[in-house]
Amino acid sequence: MSRILRPAARLTRAAAPRAPIAPSTSTLAQVSRAALARNAYYGASQTRAYADGSGVKEYTVRDALNEALAEELEANPKVFILGEEVAQYNGAYKVTKGLLDRFGEKRVIDTPITESGFTGLAVGAALSGLHPVCEFMTFNFAMQAIDQIVNSAAKTLYMSGGIQPCNITFRGPNGFAAGVAAQHSQDYSAWYGSIPGLKVVSPWSAEDAKGLLKAAIRDPNPVCVLENELMYGQSFPMSEAAQKDDFVIPFGKAKIERAGKDLTIVSLSRCVGQALVAAEGLKKKYGVEAEVINLRSVKPLDVETIIQSIKKTHRLMVVESGYPMFGVSAEILALSMEYAFDYLDAPAQRVTGAEVPTPYAQGLEEMSFPTEQLIEDHAAKLLRV
Amino acid sequence: MPVKSPTSQILGTSACYLLVNLNLSLIVQRPLPDLAMFSRAARVPRALASRTRAPIALAARPRFVTTDAASSSLSAKVPKDDNETFSVNLSDESFETYELDPPPYTIDVTKAELKQMYYDMVAVRQMEMAADRLYKEKKIRGFCHLSTGQEAVAVGIEHAITKEDDIITAYRCHGFALMRGGTVRSIIGELLGRREGIAYGKGGSMHMFSKGFYGGNGIVGAQVPVGAGLAFAHKYNDTKKASIILYGDGASNQGQVFEAFNMAKLWNLPALFGCENNKYGMGTSAARSSALTDYYKRGQYIPGLKVNGMDILAVKAAVKYGTEWTAADKGPMVLEYVTYRYGGHSMSDPGTTYRTREEIQRMRSTNDPIAGLKQRILDWEVASEDELKKIDKEARSHVQEEVAIAEAMAVPEPKPSILYEDIYVRGSEPKFIRGRHADENYYFNQ
Repeated sequence: MSRILRPAARLTRAAAPRAPIAPSTSTLAQVSRAALARNAYYGASQTRAYADGSGVKEYTVRDALNEALAEELEANPKVFILGEEVAQYNGAYKVTKGLLDRFGEKRVIDTPITESGFTGLAVGAALSGLHPVCEFMTFNFAMQAIDQIVNSAAKTLYMSGGIQPCNITFRGPNGFAAGVAAQHSQDYSAWYGSIPGLKVVSPWSAEDAKGLLKAAIRDPNPVCVLENELMYGQSFPMSEAAQKDDFVIPFGKAKIERAGKDLTIVSLSRCVGQALVAAEGLKKKYGVEAEVINLRSVKPLDVETIIQSIKKTHRLMVVESGYPMFGVSAEILALSMEYAFDYLDAPAQRVTGAEVPTPYAQGLEEMSFPTEQLIEDHAAKLLRV
Repeated sequence: MPVKSPTSQILGTSACYLLVNLNLSLIVQRPLPDLAMFSRAARVPRALASRTRAPIALAARPRFVTTDAASSSLSAKVPKDDNETFSVNLSDESFETYELDPPPYTIDVTKAELKQMYYDMVAVRQMEMAADRLYKEKKIRGFCHLSTGQEAVAVGIEHAITKEDDIITAYRCHGFALMRGGTVRSIIGELLGRREGIAYGKGGSMHMFSKGFYGGNGIVGAQVPVGAGLAFAHKYNDTKKASIILYGDGASNQGQVFEAFNMAKLWNLPALFGCENNKYGMGTSAARSSALTDYYKRGQYIPGLKVNGMDILAVKAAVKYGTEWTAADKGPMVLEYVTYRYGGHSMSDPGTTYRTREEIQRMRSTNDPIAGLKQRILDWEVASEDELKKIDKEARSHVQEEVAIAEAMAVPEPKPSILYEDIYVRGSEPKFIRGRHADENYYFNQ
């Protein structure tokens, strides 16, 4: 095999060794340890922000999404939600719990199992000026309706020369859950992220979930909100500001969940939490400070924040749970070549889902997706510590 | 059927089909133990056969609704005044119904309206002929689907509805766009890819929108649930208006058409589904694509109405009946407009490999919707031959003038601010959009 075709990781190893990275002595480190003691899933910078805020409450992601839906249904009579089991059943994952009782069957609508049909219907209602929230029980089922999302929703504004907007929100759990095998475990960030005319967001924390979903419903364009089933039950602190009904998170702005100077880890959705744990491990074991960026928004992508971070840390790793090829991480790595090549001290790396239809057996499933240890180990290798 | 075992006879054909799909040798060796497994499959479909009209036997029969374009007749003398209404009798072969009382066979019209209908149909045809010429001159790019022969559908529907009702159709959309308020110049301008086209040169032949007109959709069948959504919005907003949803006989076999039927009936939506049956989905005849070619019965649990789509008065009467139906909150209806396209499926199709020239010639010469209405207008002395000639000339010269204006329109300047406009609603765009390489990125706040 020619040298050029060898994986970049091996090139790194072959290159001359550099001076090891100096252990961090930033004050941030101490704070983040305190944060870890409380909850392994949220990062240092976040905790600091809330340290003296008295009104902070714990919210699960599910509650945050529910509150977002309730507030937007309350605020605008044009908003309604439809999908399978969203009303009487209270939502397959209980995200829409209580909404039927509160807003009635005109606004909270159980559909038959007919993805292509109800998605098309929701798009039609949006073209007519309503603001539907179209729930997919999981985004795996939205594949039956992807033509309606891509061709009918995303492209109509452009095809009509700007006279026919389509204000619609597609939402539902995306990516793998636990033990549900291949057909129910796919991550569609890259699929929808590649479509002009769509906006795509992927929340991690409760604040993300609420702020992004509310922004999606208010945005006049079609937006895909890619949630994660494994996050629904996770608790996060919600600031006083985020508890208000006017709280929205602007699209296209990533959030630095943990500041660092030695490595940039870019991630989205559930992998953000894993990356934060890995970052703490890196600090504990090797004394390095990894900066963890929560993308929040896949499209538009906050290239600026990523590049700024690379300019600071000179190393990039992207962590996501999608298939490796042509994915979100592939895109970010390509962008790092275009905008930050001269700032990189090592080849950028990615940790992704494996290229395999998700297996059922637990041990095999674990081998198919990023784990905290895997992220930590691969980052250590990248940093050569 | 290769296997004729006692098992297959007991089980009936549907279960037999399943058996044949399994390993043959396995069945031959042990036919009986499988019986229990398939007994459910064998029991299920039998009960359906007892409907009043047996559908399967009808699949291959000829169409009973006439396609005579001049089948209406007069019951009283035509009034002098252009705007005074008078009644016209429709042929009793204008409609066939499914689980539905037929619409009234008389329709009120005025002389002015008949002349307007005539003008509109001539204008649509002249516009399509202009498109045909421009395409052959290589001035129109890509796809171009013409509706020549089907004018009575687009024009008849428009004359039956209000501007607050909605229409959505597939890609054979020029006539609808014109009737919904588009101008000839904006439609031809769009075909020519001009900046002043109806979609500013971004949509082309298949994508035209205007108030109450939702395209112009290029994915066969996908517009049907979208149209159900338009009806849903009418119901949600309690407007008492209807959504007219058009699709071809080819599209009628798409699964999502049936998904839309189901929801429309379930939720009692004011949706007037309408199959424009021009007998061919591209080059595949209805009988070669559809197990049941009675498209008006395809709604199963939705009342159906088959209409002579070559007689504009029958179309108007049917759609008017439909909008009264939906306004009375009676839910959806499935219409079938029996029509014929003179040209090929699109400009690249000569339209002669899958049908005979004689068939086309016969339809053109005996069932033409424009000639049919013209005949009635002359017979009823609504207008004289000279007056009609004047209308012809008026329509022709109007189209000619508009085409000239369209041809003189500027093309969109090939610059980023135009290329990237309207991907997102103005003011809600991302900071920038990527061009072909990083240096081409377009920043919206420039």
